Amino acid sequence: MTKVSFTVNGQAVALSLDTRTTLLDALREHLQLTGSKKGCDHGQCGACTVMVNGRRINSCLSLAVMHEGNEVTTIEGLGSPESMHPMQDAFVRHDGYQCGYCTPGQICSSVAILEEIKAGIPSHVSADLNAQPRVTPEEIRERMSGNICRCGAYSNIVDAITEVAGRQA
Amino acid sequence: MKPFTYERAGSPAEAAAAAARVQGARFIAGGTNLLDLMKLQIETPTHLIDVNGLALDSIEATQEGGLRIGALVRNTDLAADARVRRDYALLSRALLAGASGQLRNKATTAGNLMQRTRCPYFYDTNQPCNKRQPGSGCAAIGGFSRPLAVVGSSEACIATNPGDMAVAMRALGAVVETVKPDGTTRSIPIAEFHRLPGDTPHVETALERGELITAVTLPPPVGGTHIYRKVRDRASYAFALVSVAAIVQRDGTGRVALGGVAPKPWRVEAAEAELPRGARAATAAILDGARPTHENAFKIPLVERTLGAVLAQARG
Repeated sequence: MTKVSFTVNGQAVALSLDTRTTLLDALREHLQLTGSKKGCDHGQCGACTVMVNGRRINSCLSLAVMHEGNEVTTIEGLGSPESMHPMQDAFVRHDGYQCGYCTPGQICSSVAILEEIKAGIPSHVSADLNAQPRVTPEEIRERMSGNICRCGAYSNIVDAITEVAGRQA
Repeated sequence: MKPFTYERAGSPAEAAAAAARVQGARFIAGGTNLLDLMKLQIETPTHLIDVNGLALDSIEATQEGGLRIGALVRNTDLAADARVRRDYALLSRALLAGASGQLRNKATTAGNLMQRTRCPYFYDTNQPCNKRQPGSGCAAIGGFSRPLAVVGSSEACIATNPGDMAVAMRALGAVVETVKPDGTTRSIPIAEFHRLPGDTPHVETALERGELITAVTLPPPVGGTHIYRKVRDRASYAFALVSVAAIVQRDGTGRVALGGVAPKPWRVEAAEAELPRGARAATAAILDGARPTHENAFKIPLVERTLGAVLAQARG
């Protein structure tokens, strides 16, 4: 067992864990934050996406003990049913899901890609590497490619993200 | 996963010494490939040495006019670095063509050089694989070989190196800097870093036991038009069937490295003299000696056509 301390959604936590515990399992099984989902458990589907120190990562492909002192934000930290994050609200209104299993990961990624675009980080589809990237459906699709939706709600997800990006601009 | 012990390394030399001391130890940085393989028990380290605290995460100008990229610089940060975007666009483009946003936020420069093949038989522990279990045989030869190598392979292994970043680095002439367990350092040209399989496909790099990558150095910029063109089964988030990394100068000369076709980033410097004569001549020279299977023979015309498209794009 190895000790590790980090913050989750602003709360300090201290855990003593088997070294094999992934960040995802620490969140779900030890901290009962079951919003982040285990889909493939191999970094392919994106259902486990959370933010660590402000950056989205696959929490299934990271060991909890490697996050000493980090700031973790999960879907529970973005908003609540009573007070939704604008992205959560947009997903509801645009019907950006069907079964909802991939949705927490989709929303964490959606929030993160708008920050990445704002920070000027280019993508595979950015025509000019040195220009400020714009929020276009093509950019959204490329940047969201690490989040798979088995129900196929993609077009409504793009609409939700586009709306939130427009409101921020 | 098999149980393992864990430590956070204090310095690069300490990390290397610890890796040499403990049988079955592995370094872990981003962990995006290693943990995947550990869950499948393809990798079964007994001890993990976490190198994330080693302050190897900066990109600095070198005296020669190039860049020194710390081993822990994340793919996202490397692709977005203003100097890389301006002077080494090939590298930005290759990085952005690989993986997903989440993975690029974690994956490191050194870890990316160490990533292992996605050959389906390497991943299936029920199958023989000389890379995973030396001497067990190769199920890919005569099996599902569509994604696998057409050149540089051997009777023991036809796996491909899956990388994008390393293909660009091969074209750019990068140099891998390391520290050994005794504290000495060395520089390994990228051409010599990845090894061909021969009869030891489990030996994938020139690194010695315990040796740790500390940085990758890029020589001064060479100008030209930088194009990375990746052909894959999906438009995003898929490994290359074929990729072409090219730097083309105004006079039609240039450099080309290929991904998706060989056990290492594939560049044949002598063949680049053919570039001004066009894609057909250049491809014939670059892939001279290719031995495709019936399932992946399509990669040879695909390289020619992709290179043709790249050269046409470079002409504008």
